[in-house]
Amino acid sequence: MTNTRPVSTGERLARGGIYAILIAAALVYLLPLAVMLLTSVKTLDDIRTGNILSLPVEIVFDAWHKAWSNACTGVSCNGVSGFFWNSFQIVIPAVLISTFVGALNGYALTKWRFKGSELFFALMLFGCFIPFQVVLLPMAQTLGYVGLANTTTGLVFVHVVYGIAFTTLFFRNFYVGIPNELVLAAKLDGAGFFTIFWRILLPVSAPIIVVCIIWQFTQIWNDFLFGVVFSGQDTKPITVALNNLVNTTTGVKEYNVDMAAAIIAALPTLVVYVAAGKYFVRGLTAGAVKG
Amino acid sequence: MSALEINKVFKDYGKVRVLKDINISIDSGEFLILVGPSGCGKSTLMNAIAGLDDITAGEIRIGGDDVTHRSPKDRDIAMVFQSYALYPSMSVRENIAFGLEMRKVAKTERDQEVERVAKMLQIEHLLDRKPAQLSGGQRQRVAMGRALARKPKIYLFDEPLSNLDAKLRVEMRTEIKKLHQRLGTTIVYVTHDQIEAMTLADRIAVMKDGVVLQLDSPQNIYDNPVNMFVAGFMGSPAMNFIKAPLVKLDQGYGVSLTNQAGDTYALPVPQAKQGSLDGWLNKEVILGLRPEQITHVMPHRQSEPFCHTLPCRVEVAEPTGADTLIEIFFNGQEVDARIEPRSQAPVGQVMELMLDMSKAVLFNPETQDRLA
Ligand SMILES: Nc1ncnc2c1ncn2[C@@H]1O[C@H](COP(=O)(O)OP(=O)(O)OP(=O)(O)O)[C@@H](O)[C@H]1O
Ligand SMILES: [Mg+2]
Repeated sequence: MTNTRPVSTGERLARGGIYAILIAAALVYLLPLAVMLLTSVKTLDDIRTGNILSLPVEIVFDAWHKAWSNACTGVSCNGVSGFFWNSFQIVIPAVLISTFVGALNGYALTKWRFKGSELFFALMLFGCFIPFQVVLLPMAQTLGYVGLANTTTGLVFVHVVYGIAFTTLFFRNFYVGIPNELVLAAKLDGAGFFTIFWRILLPVSAPIIVVCIIWQFTQIWNDFLFGVVFSGQDTKPITVALNNLVNTTTGVKEYNVDMAAAIIAALPTLVVYVAAGKYFVRGLTAGAVKG
Repeated sequence: MSALEINKVFKDYGKVRVLKDINISIDSGEFLILVGPSGCGKSTLMNAIAGLDDITAGEIRIGGDDVTHRSPKDRDIAMVFQSYALYPSMSVRENIAFGLEMRKVAKTERDQEVERVAKMLQIEHLLDRKPAQLSGGQRQRVAMGRALARKPKIYLFDEPLSNLDAKLRVEMRTEIKKLHQRLGTTIVYVTHDQIEAMTLADRIAVMKDGVVLQLDSPQNIYDNPVNMFVAGFMGSPAMNFIKAPLVKLDQGYGVSLTNQAGDTYALPVPQAKQGSLDGWLNKEVILGLRPEQITHVMPHRQSEPFCHTLPCRVEVAEPTGADTLIEIFFNGQEVDARIEPRSQAPVGQVMELMLDMSKAVLFNPETQDRLA
């Protein structure tokens, strides 16, 4: 505002060019979502006669209704609603448990170092790079042994085990920035392992907890492979149901229902990111707490 | 009774020996100060006393009990950390009360204790703030309050004033001194600041490379250092070290000093200090003389047996206000003298200076240990 220097035509053109590129890029990224939204509120006739980008002749929510409550996902035809709740039943405990265990690990690895704790952490980091496929068979066997095959508990267990590598990494890197003297002072004050964790460390961990929750929520909600392999008939997560719905071969292909179901499946992660996204960035860049 | 006994304590970090055969015993109510260059092991020793770090060998006794293998909370020690280490999520009140709460003190009693400590340290108006909302000096007082809320057998202070500005430091130093006089508690205190050390301590332990070189009263550390390191570490500006040959005089031994004009003077060393000088006749020793022992001529002291006057040329003058530091040369080596500002001759001119040899010390030039 206070800059009174005249802007030359060249600069103006350059700036205009940058905006044009940015807007074009944004449009490209938004296009699939727009297509999905448009398609989901069209009737089947509308879809057949118009092109993919044309506006709906009439906005109808039949497809949404059908996707939610009576589209066929394989043999059953009850929509994706049940699977939607299945996903929550998997995601919520898995996110909470893996975040909590990660916090405890990070705390122990930084503030109660033991012989070999660095090696332990290095090995744990490997977990971040192990592809899903590698653990499928051994995990299936393990779940079979302990009698958790095809259960929600089993799937939660798998996600927790897989997620701990990441949550431990997050919390460890956060806690190394917290001065050791805090823990030493608390020890002298007479606090033990868990008291120090609850009373001193956890209350300053909000930024990294948010990061962990968003990360884990997105990962687990969007997971397909573990879901398709380890869930039972009634415990499938929504990603698997969506796949089944789209791939159901009987009858006409109802693109509007497919699109509505896909949006429903993506909604929770969108909501989480929009609601807490700014904390995510803040948490990742948060340094040590000032004593 | 000894409040704290440290017997033959060693500490290794891997292959590095950080503490070597530390032996310290302090009485109840005593104020011990640890000084030494950075990295000499002061914090390591504090952590060993507090039990925050295991020691490699040796024994630590507190109030007569062997606590070598006890956990920190069972040693009955309170510590103020250099970084204060206030719990960031707790208010000042909660910070101070935390130690009491952990020791299962009842709520009402805790509140009383917090009030008492807050009053003593004048932080009553800060009780509901978080540490992040405090200034450095206020945090320092809260850290102190957290330690004072309990009545442990020993307080440990690890450079508690090092983060404060000069003025606040002096204020807090006085407060700590008063506090110690009022409470009569046993304190072990680490500092880099020699004025802090001299003013606060009952005894000072000078450390270097994990070894306690000298454990003595401040005056003795100052007047009778065991070696050149201790002599140079305490006192500002530092003690002058002058290479000088040892000569025989009528009264015994003396050292020979040559001024800038090339005139040589033989100055006797006090009788009491001559015991071990026999092998050193005509060899070079190191004479230690503090700047305040080389002064302008004070007529009332001139008759004292070990005061000698000799003419010296003023090379450089640095007024400090109360007195002026001038630089002269003896035996071709720079020497600082502390004189009264009005008596100073202009730079480049010669003035009479008085040397007080009664407090002179002699060192072995090879080992740097004290000779006399
Ligand atoms: N955890 C550790 N592992 C290895 N070496 C260590 C460790 N802690 C300290 N040291 C080493 O031990 C020596 C003594 O450290 P210490 O912290 O006791 O020094 P200090 O006298 O307190 O120094 P300062 O005045 O700078 O605080 C140093 O050389 C340091 O590098
Ligand atoms: Mg230190």
